[in-house]
Amino acid sequence: MAPSNLQSRSTSLLPSVWGWLRRNLFSTWYNSLLTLISVWVVYQGGRGLWVWMFTQAQWTVLQVNLRLFLIGRFPIEQIWRVWLVAVIVAAVASFTAGIIQLNRRAVIGVGVITVAGLGIVPLVGGQVPEILWVLAMGGIVIMNLLLGPRYATYLPKRLLSQGLPLLWLLTLFVVLWLLSGGWGLSSIETNVWQGLLLTLLTAVISIGLSFPLGVLLALGRRSSLPVVRALSILYIEVVRGLPLIGILFIAGVMLPLILPSQIRMDDVLRAICGLTLFSAAYLAENVRGGLQSIPSGQIEAAQALGLSPVLVLGLIVLPQALRSVIPAIVGQFIGLFKDTSLLSLIGLVELTGISRSILSQPRFIGRHGEVYLFIGLLYWLFCYLMSQASRRLERQLGVKGH
Amino acid sequence: MSATNPIIVATDVQKWYEAFHVLQGVNLTVERQEVVVLMGPSGSGKSTFIRTLNALEDYQQGQIIIDGMELFPDLGNIEAIRREVGMVFQQFNLFPHLTVLQNITLAPIWVRRWPRPRAQEMAMQLLERVDILEQAHKYPGQLSGGQQQRVAIARALAMQPKIMLFDEPTSALDPEMVKEVLEVMRSLAESGMTMVVVTHEVGFAREVAHRILLMDQGKVVETAPPEQFFQNPQETRTKLFLSQIL
Ligand SMILES: Nc1ncnc2c1ncn2[C@@H]1O[C@H](COP(=O)(O)OP(=O)(O)OP(=O)(O)O)[C@@H](O)[C@H]1O
Ligand SMILES: [Mg+2]
Repeated sequence: MAPSNLQSRSTSLLPSVWGWLRRNLFSTWYNSLLTLISVWVVYQGGRGLWVWMFTQAQWTVLQVNLRLFLIGRFPIEQIWRVWLVAVIVAAVASFTAGIIQLNRRAVIGVGVITVAGLGIVPLVGGQVPEILWVLAMGGIVIMNLLLGPRYATYLPKRLLSQGLPLLWLLTLFVVLWLLSGGWGLSSIETNVWQGLLLTLLTAVISIGLSFPLGVLLALGRRSSLPVVRALSILYIEVVRGLPLIGILFIAGVMLPLILPSQIRMDDVLRAICGLTLFSAAYLAENVRGGLQSIPSGQIEAAQALGLSPVLVLGLIVLPQALRSVIPAIVGQFIGLFKDTSLLSLIGLVELTGISRSILSQPRFIGRHGEVYLFIGLLYWLFCYLMSQASRRLERQLGVKGH
Repeated sequence: MSATNPIIVATDVQKWYEAFHVLQGVNLTVERQEVVVLMGPSGSGKSTFIRTLNALEDYQQGQIIIDGMELFPDLGNIEAIRREVGMVFQQFNLFPHLTVLQNITLAPIWVRRWPRPRAQEMAMQLLERVDILEQAHKYPGQLSGGQQQRVAIARALAMQPKIMLFDEPTSALDPEMVKEVLEVMRSLAESGMTMVVVTHEVGFAREVAHRILLMDQGKVVETAPPEQFFQNPQETRTKLFLSQIL
């Protein structure tokens, strides 16, 4: 047995590659035909892009405007605040990642991408302080990722599971404080929140708010109180019947009419309201699917143990229901993230908005390809990170299901 | 057995599903430490009745008193009564997202407000009692049916109930696993637990039950000690039923 095994392993690599090709790409005549057509299409498309990227494209538009893309017209003398925000978020994120022990490769990948991405800053003419910020961030991230497993063993597990959400909440408030000022910092109007910074802010806050609202609506839709149920259904069906852009306009035009006139609602806040209200309706339907998949025996068993309705919901029903709809929920969040690009139509200068304003500068007229390719990559990067995180979460929780 | 201080008193319990009269006046008195087995054909209302005893089902007429507390058709003391009454289901109904240990400690921690270490210590004792100590950190999906049902029994016992209800606890099990579950139930009965058991396991009923009830069409047709129930039934309905299952 052993010798023949050795022999088959020592055969050269080439036949196995050929074998793989035969099996997967050229197994039948139509399979071969499809393979050839695909190769030709990819080649044609790829060659066009390749040629354009290296001969016609003028990438200076990105180099010159990098700061605009990332943070828009945030006052330059206050820029340390943005850097501080970036460092804090990177620290908390890598701390979290280290503790829940994301798989090594993913962690290293994310770390490298982030640090390398920010490493562009010095390359495009950053000054010494900026390079120091990047170094600080990289150092903290790497330290957290490496020490994560240690934290997990030394800090009590319950403290971590309850402390992490609180830590993130705290982080959010600190970030908002740093960006808007007050309490000792000079205040900054939200209309200079722009670029990727604004995209991330609106997306993260809308996601954070629409999740609990969506769960409440889903529960409301299954409530035994007729009024609650009717209102939930009405809300969900009305919102799902409207296009997001319509809701954003309504939030912009109608909310000021409904609210007392003393309260002047901030544009960013209005956009977040619109996104949240819109996303919550879809989330509610996803969560409802999860709730329906819980067998009634689960609820009866919990009731029979003397658990109150709130405990049955919180300990038995929701954990299982949400777990089963993680992919759908994350899909919804990814959609929401990309939908923030619509905010440029109601006057917010987020990533898409700032791109349009850059493209209207006389110097960069006609540089659409470069700009949209770049922001497309940025959108993709964050969506990809979300979907990876969801797959990771699913796998971690999924083992327990069966 | 001295009939002085019964723990369950059900009097003329009636229930309707829409127009269907599923419980047509069920009477049952169970003494402390008594083991009562409910038998009867499918659809006779056994499950429905046993589930009224911990208010998983409501009823429209009659009265149920558990350990001195009256179960009103809709009431605030449901949870107080459910704490005293453990239940084991045909389909186990373990919580798949929690480990065996977490399944058992859940209610003591959240309902009885026990500190976690104390709950875990008791859970380990219970697991030893049902003979699956080594499975404590597995998830229910990783256990055999017989093991799952024993965990379910341990989970119910963790609330230190005064009464245990069993609704066909072995019907969903492969034959070779029935015995291990019945063994656990038998030793529970020997320890003095008050039990109401719906089952078709004749051997168990014969050896463990103090009384056997036959239900048919929403009524208790006959009540008798095991020897009499099997050897010398009084009602024709009972004779017919026994001829079908024996
Ligand atoms: N939710 C319900 N709505 C309407 N009818 C029901 C409902 N649950 C049970 N029934 C009916 O009530 C009757 C009694 O049901 P039950 O489950 O109590 O019978 P059972 O004696 O436990 O039977 P089995 O031995 O099959 O478990 C059956 O005819 C059943 O169809
Ligand atoms: Mg039944």
